[in-house]
This record gives sequence, C-alpha cells and structure tokens, in this order.
Amino acid sequence: MSNSTFDTGTPPLATPSRLSLMWNSNIGYSFRRNPVAIISMVVFWLITLAAFFAPVLAPYNPYDPSQIDILNSEYPPVWIDGSLPEFSLGTDDQGRDLLSTILYGTRLSIIIGLCAVALQAFLGISIGLISGYVGGRTDSLLMRLADIQLSFSTLMVAIIFLAITQALFGSEVFSRYAVLFLVGVIGVAEWPQYARTVRATVLAEKKKEYVDAARVMGFGPMRIMVRHILPNSLSPIFVISTVQVANAIISEASLSFLGLGMPPNQPSLGSLISSGFDYIFSGSWWITAIPGLVLVVLVLVINLLGDWMRDVLNPKLYKG
Amino acid sequence: MSLLSVRDLTVKFASRDGAMAALNGISFDLARGERLGIVGESGAGKSITGFALMNLLSKPGFIDGGEILFEGEDVTQMSPKQVRDMRGNRMAMIFQDPMVTLNPVLTIGQQMVETLRAHRNLSFEEARQIALVKLKEVYIPSPDERLDQYPHELSGGMRQRIIIAMALLLDPKLIIADEPTTALDVTIQADIMELLLEMCQSNQVGLILITHDLGVVSQVTERTMVMYAGRIIETGATRSIINDPQHPYTQGLINALPQQTPPGQRLKQIPGAMPTLSAMPTGCPFHTRCAHVTDECKRTAPEVSQFGDTAVACHEVHRLQRDLPKEVAQ
Repeated sequence: MSNSTFDTGTPPLATPSRLSLMWNSNIGYSFRRNPVAIISMVVFWLITLAAFFAPVLAPYNPYDPSQIDILNSEYPPVWIDGSLPEFSLGTDDQGRDLLSTILYGTRLSIIIGLCAVALQAFLGISIGLISGYVGGRTDSLLMRLADIQLSFSTLMVAIIFLAITQALFGSEVFSRYAVLFLVGVIGVAEWPQYARTVRATVLAEKKKEYVDAARVMGFGPMRIMVRHILPNSLSPIFVISTVQVANAIISEASLSFLGLGMPPNQPSLGSLISSGFDYIFSGSWWITAIPGLVLVVLVLVINLLGDWMRDVLNPKLYKG
Repeated sequence: MSLLSVRDLTVKFASRDGAMAALNGISFDLARGERLGIVGESGAGKSITGFALMNLLSKPGFIDGGEILFEGEDVTQMSPKQVRDMRGNRMAMIFQDPMVTLNPVLTIGQQMVETLRAHRNLSFEEARQIALVKLKEVYIPSPDERLDQYPHELSGGMRQRIIIAMALLLDPKLIIADEPTTALDVTIQADIMELLLEMCQSNQVGLILITHDLGVVSQVTERTMVMYAGRIIETGATRSIINDPQHPYTQGLINALPQQTPPGQRLKQIPGAMPTLSAMPTGCPFHTRCAHVTDECKRTAPEVSQFGDTAVACHEVHRLQRDLPKEVAQ
C-alpha cells in the first residue's frame, strides 16, 4: 500500500498528463456538466471519424467507375420495399452506393471547410494583428478593406469568381482543381470576420503591462505580436473558428448545389444533394434527404459546440 | 564620464489645445552604480521621466527637446534597432504591478530564455542555465521547478523577485524601477527593496527608483530628486533631503508622513492639488499651494541654485540664503 491515498508525506512525482489537466480544468468541468456539449462532441467525432476512415468503412468506392453499375441506380434504402440488401442507404441516380458516397462526400466537405477556415484564419489573424498593433493609418486602411470585403456577400463573391474561372479554364480543368478553388474563394471571402475579432482583442491586450514589459526587454514588434499578444488572444479565435467551419461547410454545400462546386464524379455533400434534387419528384427522395440530414446534423453540432465554447471561454463568466 | 546624463529633457503631450509640456527641461546625472530616487506626487512626471529614458513614450507623448546621454550615446537619436538593442540589454525596467507584468500564457522559464536569446547568441540549454543562476541569486526557492511554472501559480512577492531576476538577466548598467513595491504587501515590500539594493550593490548596477514612498528612498538611494509639475525642484544627497529639506514642497511631503503626526490628530497634508498641464500657473508652479508665497513667486519661475549639497528651485530659499548672513551679522 505504498501508493495509497493516505500517503501524503511525499509529493506526487509524476506530473499529471496534459489530457488529465484538461479534463480537470474549468473547461473540462463545464463540458462534463453540459449534456448538449457531450452529445454534440460525440456526434461530431462520429461523423468526422466515419468520414475520414471512409476508404476503410465504405462498402464501395464511389470514385472507381468499375464499381459503379448504372443498372443499380435509384434503389431505395433497405427499410423500403424494393431495395437491395447490399445498398443499405440505397443508391443514387448513377448507381453509386449512397452510404459510401455520403462518407466520401462528408470527408470532402469537412476537408474543404477546415482548409478554407485555415486560410481565413491565416489571412484574418495576420491582418488583424498588424492592424491592431501598428494602429494609425495602417489600421484605417486595412479595416476599410475589411469593410469593403464584408459589404459583398460571401456567396456573391464566390459565385462570380467560380463562374468566371469555370468559363475561363473550362469545366475539365475546373473540376480537377475544384477543391482548391473552393478553399481559396471561401477562405478569401471571409477573412474580415477574423481580422475584426483579432484586432479588437489586440487593442485590449496591447494596453496591458506585459506588452510594455516585453518592449522594455528589447523585443521587436514581430515577436511581441506573434509570441506575446497572439497567444493571449486565442479564446475568441477558437470560438469564431467553430462558427466559421460550419459556415464554410454551408458555403461549400451551397456552391456545389448551384453547380459551381465539386463535380458530380467527386461529390461533396452539396453536389450530392444537388444531383438528387432532380429526382426528388420522381420518388427518389433519399438521394437528397439523407445527405441533407447529414449536412444539417454536422453543421448543427459544430454550432452547438461553438455556443458552448463561447460560454466557457467568456472571461466575464469565470474571471470575475 | 557619468553613466547617464540628461540635459534639458522636455516631454510634451499632443492634445486638442496644442502640445502641453509634461516635463519642463529637466537635467540630471547618474554615475556608474549610483542609486537615485525620484519622488513626487502623482502626475509630477516621475514615470514619464522613466519612460522617456527608455525611449518608450507612446502617443500622444513625445520627446520635444533635450538629450539623454546613456554611456555617451543619445537615446533620443537612436534608430529603432539600436533602441531595441539597448532595452533589456543595457537598461532594464521594473514595473509597478508584478501581477500583470509577466505574460500569463508563457512559463517563467520560457520568458527568461526568450529574453536571453533575443539579445545573446545562446542555445536553449545555456540560456536556461543562466536563468537558473539568476533565480538563485534572487533567493527563489527550488528555482528548477519555478522555471516550468506559469505566473499565476506564484505569489506577488515571488513574481516581483522573478521580475528583478529578469531585469538582471543580461547584466544591464542601469535599472529603472517604477514604484516596484506599491502593489505588494507591506511585509514583502521591505524584502523586495532589500533585494533590489543588494542586487544593485553586488552587480554595480545604477538604479533609478521612482516612488512616492520617502521611507523607501531613504533606505535605498544615495541621491534624491524631488519633482513637481514636470520640474525638478530639489535635488541632493538623500540624507540632507530627508533631514533638512529646503523647498517648501519637500518640507510638506516630509511633514505629511504619518510618522510626523501624533496619533489621533489629522495628518498634515499639503493643501490643494497639483495643477493640471492645461492650467499651469505663471511663475513658480507651486505658488498656489505654498505658505511662503510672494509676488515674485507669481511672476517668475525660480532657477535651480546650489546650496551646500542640495540644489533648490525656490525664491524664498534663495532670499533666505542671501539675507540670512546679513541678518546674522546685524
């Protein structure tokens, strides 16, 4: 019994792991007490993991033309009469297994969403940091740029940009690089969200004494911005990131639905919904409805997690 | 050659009604390893002096004239690169509140190593070793563990010790301490002051101690400078300033100490308040609150003149010094 809990004479030698520290922190505590957050987190990870292990989990490969048979098209899901047992969620108009296509499509949607947000974050954080720290004319100039960018709707910018590139390069080249185009356009269109948030936080952090102390130590502006102010401004960035991932996934789905996104042979959730839409009145509702449901659930849980995170990271709630 | 030589330093603040002078042409010198105290009420320009020495004034404040010669170089003429090179390396600063001076998201070790590596070409391990030695010097118990702790895990006194260790990291020639003990417990204040004194003495570091605590000044400094409304009104050996203050304002400050008043009586405060920058009176800035005010005080600002080991800017003191020998002779 050398390791019993009564053995308080010697301090614990093993430092707690980061995971257990996180679990026992304020955030961990509020997470454990919030059933909505737990359920959202579980559902989010289920969808994400299933999507990323799509090549392992999916019964078919929807990108492989040799596994697709047009004669299998429009079989309903298994719980409806006239289904085939090998297609659990039915098939779409081209005879692809809907479950496999949804898994691959979700993976594509999540990847596009995350990459677009990474691009947004990179642009927005850099611009916001410079704007807030340097101030003066630079600040005015960058923030007016942000205002101009915000006064165009994301979808409008994206539609114009994608339509022009599609016409310029032809749909052959466009469909090959569609992922890059989507990431680029969604990323660039939404950077002001980050820039504004980061700038506001930087303005507040800049006045704190540790920034003066860093200047007194002889640190350059670059180091002070990136190493001192940025880590202190992370909580609003986290919160806005979750919302932005959800928004980016929706934007991608909307663009694909309008035929400006992923091509039908590499469907994302949006293009899958769009391709099923033509058949909705001929009775094959599942091609649209099931991917639509996945999209709604995915975006919903991300937004719920964002809400929870905003509550937890709000300094007014626990810092007094 | 003195370590620091300030000549006619004028600092102004830009405002709607034009630039207003917060420092009115102050001049002083500091020898190597000398300890100088700057005292005065809030708003006298003590902290502004400290910030100006570091070339750290931010808008709307700016240096309007004069020179700050630090080891023979004029700080006001330095390029941003030279200024960064000087800060932390040759001239360090300690702030008032240790609770907010350390970066909350970096460990003590990270902050110390970063400071060292920003100025010296050191490996991570070497920098950590130096940090460890410096922490030991300021009597931090189990310094090895402290290096991996975050600021919020330490007490205020401990943090101020760490800040002193950080200021000493690169062996600067001058430390500017801006009210280093104001935010601390009374019991810890004395410890920290003693530590600061010891560190300055053993490392031959010059110290400019900005405070409004005359007790602290008498403990630590060799020379004292009393400031009022952006001017130096009295300067001299700390002992003479405390024991035999000449300027009515310095006398008022010392009389206002709680120890000067028997228990149960009201403290002897100086009536009135420091004039604001925009409503500076003509002549001597102190004449509105002075008991010995004359017409001359209202007309012209007094010059600084040397009497014995103190220099005073006061018409009344000048007159007494002039006339007293005659009166005694009669």
